[in-house]
Amino acid sequence: MARPVQYNTTVKFEGIPEGYMGEGFMATNLEKVVSMARKNSLWPLPFATSCCGIEFMATMASHYDIARFGAERVGFSPRQCDLLMVIGTIAKKMAPVLRQVYLQMAEPRWVLAVGACASSGGIFDTYSVLQGVDQVIPVDVYVPGCPPRPEAILDGFMKIQELVNAEGLRRRHSDRYKELLAGYGIQ
Amino acid sequence: MNLTNEIIQQKLTEKFGDQLYDFSEPYGMLTFKAPKDLNLKVLQFLYDDETLRFRFLTDLQAVHYPNSKGNELAVVYHLHNLVDNVRIRFKVFTDIAKPDVFSATALYRSANWMERETYDFFGVNFIGHPNLIRILNVEEMDYFPLRKEYPLEDMTRVDKDDEMFGR
Repeated sequence: MARPVQYNTTVKFEGIPEGYMGEGFMATNLEKVVSMARKNSLWPLPFATSCCGIEFMATMASHYDIARFGAERVGFSPRQCDLLMVIGTIAKKMAPVLRQVYLQMAEPRWVLAVGACASSGGIFDTYSVLQGVDQVIPVDVYVPGCPPRPEAILDGFMKIQELVNAEGLRRRHSDRYKELLAGYGIQ
Repeated sequence: MNLTNEIIQQKLTEKFGDQLYDFSEPYGMLTFKAPKDLNLKVLQFLYDDETLRFRFLTDLQAVHYPNSKGNELAVVYHLHNLVDNVRIRFKVFTDIAKPDVFSATALYRSANWMERETYDFFGVNFIGHPNLIRILNVEEMDYFPLRKEYPLEDMTRVDKDDEMFGR
């Protein structure tokens, strides 16, 4: 019996970088290859504190399946992860913890703020809640919503992938990037 | 014989005379007010007395009444007699400019946590507390957030205006 996979003609090969290709070899930029590899194997670190975290659980599970984007491996150690996903309300007392987690991540690192609370404090316009995680760490992509649907989280994740793909190898050494980190008092 | 509110009130009046005032029974729970210097004496009496036996401090918190000058902060004690299953409540009032109240930690160990919390949110200075520092809020906080002296929303802020959200 024929296996159904032969009818699956919609498989998409994505992101083969430009280059000179011949039989059995391909020559291209190292930067493009590294970007492609990084983009498709981001290890997220979910910093989930509240209801947005429930949406993230749905995003990880089989129906929405963040593994399709190469984010199969959700790590809970900042030293191994590339993408810090801040998912939920961050109290002011939690802010130094979040910052510590960010500092423990190795470069290159990206930050995704999921939901209204992580992005701006959301409805918690009060003395105890941090009004957006970008007050303590630099954020790459903000996902709006209260809470955002899993599709929105996936969309934010794909925006991160675009950033990763477009980012050169030397960006993290640039003066502008160091200036940004210095703006947060890091290093 | 059941321990009724009448018996408790009678015993308290015998001991303290008319220093305790405003006895009432909202929803059946005996409630009264006491001068703040007497708070430990009242607690000790309620604890030691062989018929009263209020040996469990259920709750302790403060209330801010900004309009009653000189008595802005109320500290509320909730006590439970576990043997007879009777609860009472009493309040002491203090001036917000000098919010000193004697600490109940020596009598009730549970007062330790709750007095720290009350200090954290209302700034009540519990004299005799072993470690009166902030417990829930960030250490750097230099105000007492549950006092009714702040506007609900900071009118000068612009980062949450409608135009920031395209409305």
